Amino acid sequence: MSKLLNKELQDQIREFLNMMKDKVTFVYFKSDKNCDTCEQTKMLLEEIADLSEKISFIEKDLNKDTEEAKKYGITLAPSFVILDNEGKYKGVKFNGIPAGHEINSFLSAVIDMSGVEFGFDKDLVERIKKIKKPVNIKVFVTLSCPHCPGAVSNAHRLAMLNDNIESEMIEAQTFQELSVKYKVSGVPKIIINEKHELVGNQPIEEYLNKLERL
Amino acid sequence: MFTFNMEKPKASSLFDEVILWDMIVIGGGPAGLNGALYAKRKGLMVGIVTLEIGGQLHNTSTVDNYLGFKNIEGKDLSDEFFEHIKTLEVPILTGIRTQEIKKNNDIFEVKLSDGKTLNTKTILLATGGAPRKLNVPGEVEFSNKGVSYCTTCDAPFFKDKHVIVAGGGNSAAEAVLDLVPWASKITVVHRSVWRADTILLEKLKAVDKLDIHLNSQILEIFGDDLMKGIKYLDKSENIEKILEADGLFIEIGTIPNSYLLKDLVELNERDEVIVDEFQMTSEKGIFAAGDVTNQEEKQIIISAAEGAKAALAITKYLNKFYKGE
Ligand SMILES: Cc1cc2nc3c(=O)[nH]c(=O)nc-3n(C[C@H](O)[C@H](O)[C@H](O)COP(=O)(O)OP(=O)(O)OC[C@H]3O[C@@H](n4cnc5c(N)ncnc54)[C@H](O)[C@@H]3O)c2cc1C
Repeated sequence: MSKLLNKELQDQIREFLNMMKDKVTFVYFKSDKNCDTCEQTKMLLEEIADLSEKISFIEKDLNKDTEEAKKYGITLAPSFVILDNEGKYKGVKFNGIPAGHEINSFLSAVIDMSGVEFGFDKDLVERIKKIKKPVNIKVFVTLSCPHCPGAVSNAHRLAMLNDNIESEMIEAQTFQELSVKYKVSGVPKIIINEKHELVGNQPIEEYLNKLERL
Repeated sequence: MFTFNMEKPKASSLFDEVILWDMIVIGGGPAGLNGALYAKRKGLMVGIVTLEIGGQLHNTSTVDNYLGFKNIEGKDLSDEFFEHIKTLEVPILTGIRTQEIKKNNDIFEVKLSDGKTLNTKTILLATGGAPRKLNVPGEVEFSNKGVSYCTTCDAPFFKDKHVIVAGGGNSAAEAVLDLVPWASKITVVHRSVWRADTILLEKLKAVDKLDIHLNSQILEIFGDDLMKGIKYLDKSENIEKILEADGLFIEIGTIPNSYLLKDLVELNERDEVIVDEFQMTSEKGIFAAGDVTNQEEKQIIISAAEGAKAALAITKYLNKFYKGE
């Protein structure tokens, strides 16, 4: 089977991944039932993992490895989480293949998780760390949406900076039932703790304003 | 098969190293990218700061009026532009919003959303435009609950549904064409007459699931959880009418992203940055190009050309004020 990433993209991504500081691990969950994009998601993750010595790839089965699935709160397939250098889950999850524009939020998450500084203001980091309530952020995207990766990256960075925060990208067309459930008819659509909504690619300050008022 | 739209350039640490830039370009659409290209070729120390590469090209499906590229997808044209810029190794920060521009003696301080501040001798503002709003009741409430401003992003959510397109220019006509593969029915509602290119209007004639209401002004968007329809004024009969629909794409032009300069330079009554024939604003050292300026025609090739003009004018300006030529 031919690769998803052509030579040129591989070179570009390899060079980008040179920025990584420490190691990260992808833990990917497949399912044998009704999963049209599982195979390709796995391919993408493996191809990317091959481009850097600092990335390891682990495959799990949503229906068999229930313990692990529970540990990372995985209920869908294809889904994956990115763990840090110490194998710790920091609340960074992707549901659906991060192709199209979403390759950008995926690669950003890899670099960020490897310990590269985000360059955030000190005050901003302080505010993020102060969030005490458990927070779940869902960011619905489509792969043709150029404004979506920014929204996903912001949410993931919040999660990386605070253990109370978990953030997940959800590809709206792969998970149509969820899109219907959360009434998604435009992306990016951000759902915080199941009931609060933000529309569009919001700067990190807007997220914070919302989180601080939860 | 999946495609990939890489925006991540080689990480540039130059943004931490350069103390004083010749030129900072704000915005990575056609105007900003071409401005940076020309400036780099002139040997300026130039960098780009932008939220996204390609700007409004990503809201466009097919572009058929950029010389040399027949019928190209907006995102492919953006990729072509970006590839070209990359060969020149222009340092770029993406995913970063410029928050504020301050003047400090003859130097401009550009404050970024990641907390950094860049110092530069000149600025090229190429921040383009954001979708213009209808400003009717229900628009905010149903935003992303039926109301959308980006067909390439959101068309798939309207599979087998009835959608309305508001507007009568090229982008409205293109929005209709973007929706054809998805929607079961499309209705254009526009307050006056068509302004779109003849060639696009010809294409619309072939769309049999299309209804067109001209001279019709949208008054209100209604619904409960999701939008359910609109109320509009049929101006030829002077009657208010109801039109039920699942979605509304608003394609009525753009508002200029000129907020960064509002206290620094002169804007016109439409909030566009007023520029002279060299793309210079009323403030020495600040130049602007593309959709953000008071230039009438908002087009890719025109924006790109303005970026080039600005970069060349900036080169001359720098030579004059900093090298005494
Ligand atoms: C639906 C649609 C269809 C169109 N079709 C065509 C067509 O077929 N042919 C044609 O010629 N033209 C078309 N246009 C118009 C064309 O897209 C614009 O004229 C052109 O993109 C303007 O280029 P620009 O560089 O001035 O601005 P933009 O393309 O708007 O780019 C501005 C950039 O600045 C960034 N930015 C804004 N604010 C900030 C900030 N504070 N900090 C950092 N970055 C910022 C944005 O993220 C963006 O990347 C269409 C437009 C639309 C909406």
